[in-house]
Amino acid sequence: MTQPSLWETLWGIIWRDLLLAMRRRSDVAISVLFLVIVASLFPLGVGPEPAVLRTIAAGVLWVAALLACLLSLGRVFTADYLDGVLEQMLLIPQPLPVLVMGKVFAHWMVSGLPIVLLSPLLGLQFGLEGEVLGTLVLSLLLGTPTLSMIGSIGAALVLGVRGSGLLVALLVLPLYVPVLIFGAGAVTSSMAGVGGEANLSLLGACLVLSLFFAPWATAAALRIALE
Amino acid sequence: MKINWSKYSAPLAFYPLAGKMIPWFGTVAALTIAVGLYIGLLVAPTDFQQGEAYRIIFVHVPAAWMSMFLYVVMAGWAAVGLGLNARLSFMMTQAIAPTGAMFTFLALVTGAMWGKPTWGAWWVWDARLTSELILLFQYAGVMLLRTSIDDQRRADRASGVCALVGVVNIPIIYFSVQWWNTLHQGASVSMTAAPKMAAIMLTGMLLMTFGFWMYSLAVILSRVRCVILERESVQFWSKLSSVAEVAEVR
Repeated sequence: MTQPSLWETLWGIIWRDLLLAMRRRSDVAISVLFLVIVASLFPLGVGPEPAVLRTIAAGVLWVAALLACLLSLGRVFTADYLDGVLEQMLLIPQPLPVLVMGKVFAHWMVSGLPIVLLSPLLGLQFGLEGEVLGTLVLSLLLGTPTLSMIGSIGAALVLGVRGSGLLVALLVLPLYVPVLIFGAGAVTSSMAGVGGEANLSLLGACLVLSLFFAPWATAAALRIALE
Repeated sequence: MKINWSKYSAPLAFYPLAGKMIPWFGTVAALTIAVGLYIGLLVAPTDFQQGEAYRIIFVHVPAAWMSMFLYVVMAGWAAVGLGLNARLSFMMTQAIAPTGAMFTFLALVTGAMWGKPTWGAWWVWDARLTSELILLFQYAGVMLLRTSIDDQRRADRASGVCALVGVVNIPIIYFSVQWWNTLHQGASVSMTAAPKMAAIMLTGMLLMTFGFWMYSLAVILSRVRCVILERESVQFWSKLSSVAEVAEVR
């Protein structure tokens, strides 16, 4: 039997996780619905003045996206951890960071990508339009994979720990702050007419850094969790 | 005389050594902090812009330095522990975290006390302040992760990885006053340029820093002794054969 190449392994993991997610579609729907509801609560809370809504839009939508990402982190490894598949995955003669990368990418496809696709609609709710709306989508497209990458470290660290849901929030949210600042900053500066390029570049830098470092850290955390 | 350093990587051998060092560090800490406070509060001249309010920097700046420095040291011990699988390294990580968190808190509180008369606000959402606040959360995260995992070995290693990941924030705090246009002033003291403050003020601040350093060493060593006692209690008492030895170790 020939050993599958790195790409085949990566693709296999992604395909498997996507298939599993599609078998349990309600899980995916929950985090998306959560985002919509949280974003809709703010106009009810602060009042429907368009000017006010437009100023808080960037921050609110980004915080809502961040919380939706956080909420879905439990799904990255928990199911595989509980039924023992994760332990088998650690034994696969392929680099663990590659496997992690595949799992996180699949997780982003089912939890991050819907947020990106839905964001123009939510932006319209807050009175954003034109170029600003485009910047919002672009910033989320660059930012949500970073959130998934960073989040996977926390998710792996708290596997099987009591109170893991709240603990992961405490571990991961501080690390989410730069992404939130740059993401919301891109939208705000685009609204101010100076263009969001600087902040978008920084978001891209965050993404590249997290793509490089997070799989290693997550792999180390998984090995510790399953020792 | 050649000292066998690896001998002291064993918690049982380190315990008495730490016990011998604590009084020295403690005494030096008390003396330097006393002299530093004397210079800072009584000798140093009043600042022509900020008046007497500036005197909080004799606590604030050293505390902020220590908060970052201790995090790096903590992460360093975590790296040593993960790399060499040494028990004592993880004990050091555990012992450093509360002191680091305390200094972070102290830096934030003294900063707020300084901010009120100078900026007119207790808190501003400035890059430096925010990143320091995040550092406090990171210390909390490392400590809480450790306490939530029952298996000692896993708790050590997981919180070690957590501490290492958080190191990202340290350069952000340090360079925040350069990277962003912040309300918090830039560095007045640096390794490469001449300090932008009066020599007597600098002396007071450096004395306070040295004092905080010694204080941290004393407190961390005392705490690590507690950790060793707690974790190695079984081995500990079985190794000591006589009452005289018990007295000696103390």
